Amino acid sequence: MSNDVLNVLLVGVGGQGTILAGRVLSRAAISLGGEVKVSDIHGMAQRGGSVVTQVRFGPRVYAPVIAPGTADFLVAFEKLEACRWLPYLKAGGCLIVNDQEMPPLPVLTGAATYPADLVAVMGKLVQNLVVLDALDLARRAGNVKTVNMVLMGALARRLSISREAWEEALAASVPERFLEVNKKAFNLGWEQ
Amino acid sequence: MRELLIGNHALARGAWEAGVRVAAAYPGTPSTEIIEALARYPEVYAEWAPNEKVALEVAIGAAIGGARSLAAMKHVGVNVAADPLMTLAYTGVNAGLVLVSADDPGLFSSQNEQDNRFYARMAQIPCLEPADSQEVKDMVMQAFNLSEEFDTPVILRLTTRIAHSYSLVELGDRQEVPLKSYVKQPAKYVMLPAFGKARHVVVEERRLKLAAYAETAPFNRVEWADRRVGIITSGIAYQYVKEALPGVSVLKLGLTYPLPEKLISDFVKAVKTCYVVEELEPFLEDQIRAWGLGVVGKELVPRVDELSSAIVARTVGSQVAAVAPELVAPDLTAVALPGMRTPGGQRAGEGSVPDARETTTAAPAELPGRPPLMCPGCPHRGVFYVLKKLRLVVAGDIGCYTLGATPPLQAMDSCICMGASLGVAMGLEKARGADFARRVVGVIGDSTFLHSGMTGLLDMVYNGGTGTLIILDNSTTAMTGHQDHPGTGYTASHQPAPKVDLEQIARALGVHRVQVVDSYNLETLERAIQEETAAREPSVIIARRPCALLKKEKEAVYAVSPDNCLSCRYCLDLGCPAISFSDGHGVIDPVLCNGCGLCTQVCPGEAIRKAGEEDE
Repeated sequence: MSNDVLNVLLVGVGGQGTILAGRVLSRAAISLGGEVKVSDIHGMAQRGGSVVTQVRFGPRVYAPVIAPGTADFLVAFEKLEACRWLPYLKAGGCLIVNDQEMPPLPVLTGAATYPADLVAVMGKLVQNLVVLDALDLARRAGNVKTVNMVLMGALARRLSISREAWEEALAASVPERFLEVNKKAFNLGWEQ
Repeated sequence: MRELLIGNHALARGAWEAGVRVAAAYPGTPSTEIIEALARYPEVYAEWAPNEKVALEVAIGAAIGGARSLAAMKHVGVNVAADPLMTLAYTGVNAGLVLVSADDPGLFSSQNEQDNRFYARMAQIPCLEPADSQEVKDMVMQAFNLSEEFDTPVILRLTTRIAHSYSLVELGDRQEVPLKSYVKQPAKYVMLPAFGKARHVVVEERRLKLAAYAETAPFNRVEWADRRVGIITSGIAYQYVKEALPGVSVLKLGLTYPLPEKLISDFVKAVKTCYVVEELEPFLEDQIRAWGLGVVGKELVPRVDELSSAIVARTVGSQVAAVAPELVAPDLTAVALPGMRTPGGQRAGEGSVPDARETTTAAPAELPGRPPLMCPGCPHRGVFYVLKKLRLVVAGDIGCYTLGATPPLQAMDSCICMGASLGVAMGLEKARGADFARRVVGVIGDSTFLHSGMTGLLDMVYNGGTGTLIILDNSTTAMTGHQDHPGTGYTASHQPAPKVDLEQIARALGVHRVQVVDSYNLETLERAIQEETAAREPSVIIARRPCALLKKEKEAVYAVSPDNCLSCRYCLDLGCPAISFSDGHGVIDPVLCNGCGLCTQVCPGEAIRKAGEEDE
């Protein structure tokens, strides 16, 4: 894996919109002129399970999947999933995490407990940590389902893809009637 | 014009550009999007067949009739279509026919990870393995030419990482391929024993011609680099090899059956050490070894699960590093963050069990798993709740409802393949007697019943079984993303269609006891299941409610009144993602709640009401 490939891992819970976020990011990345490869999870695993979208772009990209310890960015839609996928982040990589708890079924039924202080735990391991309340920002944008675009905005500010490319990618991925609210969410994320 | 496409959409595009006219499939992850995409092209007739056997037979008829045709299915779907496939290999085609087999190494959504390249070898027909979306498109177009040139069906084998990964694809125009004339040729298409015998000779001649063609086929190429190490590889494994071992010589095989003996032998002899890196079985390796060539393969590379760049680096890479460390990618030999461990990907029903090969160090804390689960409002939930309550033995089947096997419901005893629930229920009865059958039910989905359940039910009636079948009718093929089937009233291209009546099918097969109940009503569900399992004759219960994800309108949600809550936690036994427990009482998440009302039926108090209806 050459160092000129950028690896972004989007992790969350089935139904949180990781796939759409991956679509927007990958479409925006096409503007850089190199190759783009994306790997998604489909089928049964999506039913409320732990989901991951892997996006890689650079002059020459081979595998569509990211090896452990090589992700430049880990964008986590939920704290437990951030912790679960943390080993994929490379040393010095950036972790963007939505400070939201979605208890998995074993926790709901009392078979397991949701680990406490996950942000503090991850803070000890990761230097480059961005924590935001994406749910609250999505609410402020006008739709709780725009958590994914809040997180994309926060990521976008740390990448070298142009604002125009992001806006075009948004317009190409989101239905017309939801474009404004998604743009708003993206901008709120950008400001974090 | 370059577009970012998943392999399946690239395949559909390539087939369309190649002039395909007829395409048929049964939905199955990771193949489903192929027909969905083809159905959007007006020049293509695309259908959802009731099962894969029928899908391939439709493609065969179309190809004999002179139209380029395609059948798409997941790896286990090819098992269902294997009967026509093996004889299609004898008859050959008229216009080109491509069979897409979408294999699932890593079992993202399947019951096994069989390697379907063996089908190509069994049928003696070509197998192509693309390595990214652009290659998928190029190969499907060439596959039609190959099919017509050699008068053979062609298997195009994808894997999940190819079918569902995006990469950039150059789009082209559709080439209008005229309909070939139809000529009656019984000796070619009527496989009587005498004709079949003659055709087998043709198959063998064709195999030799294909093997000769393989030597110079555009799908196979050598990428020379450092000659101390050579690697023979195919499909997605090629990408992992290029990433993990950027400095080695590579023989990339795109046509993996039949194999080019001279090309391979020359390559093996030109390098100091030769490895074979392939996912799943040693399909290439065994044939290469049979020619007496010395290669290293499965003694290093796992046969189980999908591969990755990291696995290639850790297995073959560690051997290469001992000889020539500069040929291995440095960042893949680096260790992941200290003090953490990696998840083993997401596998249905698994928690955070780390993949031993991916583990670096122990995690600071055991993280609770997040297995997939039935959605809020899923109509299957109530059925499995009742089955668990009644402690019945449940012969399961393939669909979302297979999740009924997972905690807290855990109400499933077997799941073999699509349509197996009936045969298994019948077998249990024949092994243990009719009294045991009073505690056994088979469960099957509506789409699944039409796929391959009807014959099992017929068997039960015909051979004097007394079992009970529950058809979980959610009016769609849910797990693969809501495709239509003969019971939904619509075709693959969303045209209205006759809607088959499951109740009448059951009666026509000879079942006298047929009940239709509401999946959301636990009381009638329980009564029906008790009545029908007690009856000493075959019974069918149709538990009917559309999939919760099909609902356009959100129902009024429910809420727990903390004052009335008995803290009994019965509501948690439903395994509903919207229900949790905190501060000594149940809590319903209004965002997740789908308003199905099952929880109000299991609550022994009066604690759960429609939100906003709490007592003053």
